[in-house]
Amino acid sequence: MGKHLIVVEHDNINILKPTYCAILASNEVTKDTTALILAKDQTVFNLLSKQIENHVSQVYGICNESFQNSIAQSYAMAIEHVVNNQKFEYVWAGSSSFIKETMPRLTARLKNASMISDIQRVISKDTFERPMWAGDIITKVRMLSDIKVITVRPTDFQGKPGSIEGTCNISEIVHEIAEISTKFVSFDAVKSDRPSLADASVIVSGGRGLKTPDNFNKLIFPLADTLNAAVGASRAICDADWVPNDWQVGQTGKVVAPALYFAIGISGAIQHVAGMRGSKVIVAINKDVEAPIFQVADYGLVGDALEILPELTEKIKNIL
Amino acid sequence: MKFLVTVKRVVDYEAKLKVLEDKSFINMENINMITNPFDEIGVEAAIQLKEKFGGEIVVVSIGNEESQQNIRTALAMGADRGILINHDAQGEFINTEITARALHKICEEEKPDVIIMGKQAIDTDNHQTSEYLSELLSIGNASQANTIELDVDNKTATVKKEADGGLETVTTSLPCLITTDLRLNEPRYASLPGIMKAKRKPLKKVDLKDLNINVQSKFEMLEFNTQPEREAGQILESVDALMEKLNPVMKTI
Repeated sequence: MGKHLIVVEHDNINILKPTYCAILASNEVTKDTTALILAKDQTVFNLLSKQIENHVSQVYGICNESFQNSIAQSYAMAIEHVVNNQKFEYVWAGSSSFIKETMPRLTARLKNASMISDIQRVISKDTFERPMWAGDIITKVRMLSDIKVITVRPTDFQGKPGSIEGTCNISEIVHEIAEISTKFVSFDAVKSDRPSLADASVIVSGGRGLKTPDNFNKLIFPLADTLNAAVGASRAICDADWVPNDWQVGQTGKVVAPALYFAIGISGAIQHVAGMRGSKVIVAINKDVEAPIFQVADYGLVGDALEILPELTEKIKNIL
Repeated sequence: MKFLVTVKRVVDYEAKLKVLEDKSFINMENINMITNPFDEIGVEAAIQLKEKFGGEIVVVSIGNEESQQNIRTALAMGADRGILINHDAQGEFINTEITARALHKICEEEKPDVIIMGKQAIDTDNHQTSEYLSELLSIGNASQANTIELDVDNKTATVKKEADGGLETVTTSLPCLITTDLRLNEPRYASLPGIMKAKRKPLKKVDLKDLNINVQSKFEMLEFNTQPEREAGQILESVDALMEKLNPVMKTI
């Protein structure tokens, strides 16, 4: 059997998209991968296995009620057990908040392992490209450790992984999960009817140039609704509490790469650009002709968003 | 309560970076250096907790001699003493393991109740060291904190984390490791009296090699390249002109 393990991230109902990005990345090195699902019970395990069984050669599961909510320390212990037991040499995962918290703990547990985060390209089985300094610099790195823990940037590995020939072996691994002190208490979801930033093909983002949260609501939402777009934000307006922190696009927020990205009243600081420079088409609307955002935009309009956006929204409505 | 915070000296995020001819690193000439912003938030978080619960704040940095400046700034903000682990890291630019193991040695000696670190360093953007350290210490961790509450009597911490899609609340027992996210707090400026006081606060220096961490480098940095530029765009004159350009784009979506 292959030596590549894919750590599955899920919400008890669906496997999350970054996991498929990890499979895609691994497929540049091998078609023989094993998925690991940590599920609260067999019902969830079966439900999730079905979603992934065509894209991997094998699925392992560990079922324990503590996996109802994912805690990094527990996950790391469980993954380590599988890696050591089955002698995996690669552990792949799609980058996300939870994966960022979990994989370094896993790496610390493993003998002769090292971790590379947020790769954007696979060069060879031990050489990868990843961004540094907010993506200003791209580095080529060779990993020398026996075990390689790799997280992939979802925006750089988009699309559905191919189907794998043959039957997928699905089996459960019985393993005691040690009690830990960290406990889940609650989750306050950001409620939105809009597509998520990760999935949307169009994103409309607003920034401080909009002046007030009221303007943000009046101008950004109608345009986003017309385009069935996700709504993003610059760091400044998240800090100012105009919008949920979860909407922040940038080096330390979400990294997105939609087909079409609108940056409205966003100056284009490097940290924001780091999060959206992979977008196919970028449109910038800003009062300031010197704003750095115009360096990365494909199309720009210099002017007041308060005037431009209603007109733009109306005209887009007419052609859709 | 003993708090341990870390500060890393990093390239200013406003700096315009160029790569060396031989692509072996970035050109560090005339580059402004700052304290990693997430670490400043960590220092502030520790100070606020110390103001509430009392105790001591130890600030640790791994870097060359210049990192002392960053430690002094943390001391000026309100930390009590500093430790510099002297190490010129350029040759091993990603080395989570060495950093974490060095901090591990310090933590074994200092035995902090709460370790607060930045969620990521804005130079490497690795987001690994803190979680790696928490595993070496076998303690609970909560990453990307939005709020931190301590229950000193019961020795627990309750942390609201910026998770994907919302805010997740967890509790963990002390000692624990918490990493900061952007909106945890707004770091205070060091006051002039603070800066003067900081000059007299203890700053111990330890050579990394004296910590006897025998770890082989597990990475080879092959090449540094600047991000390819996007093709230059156009400033358009009107919404109609923009619509003309967007029409074909929207048909493909």
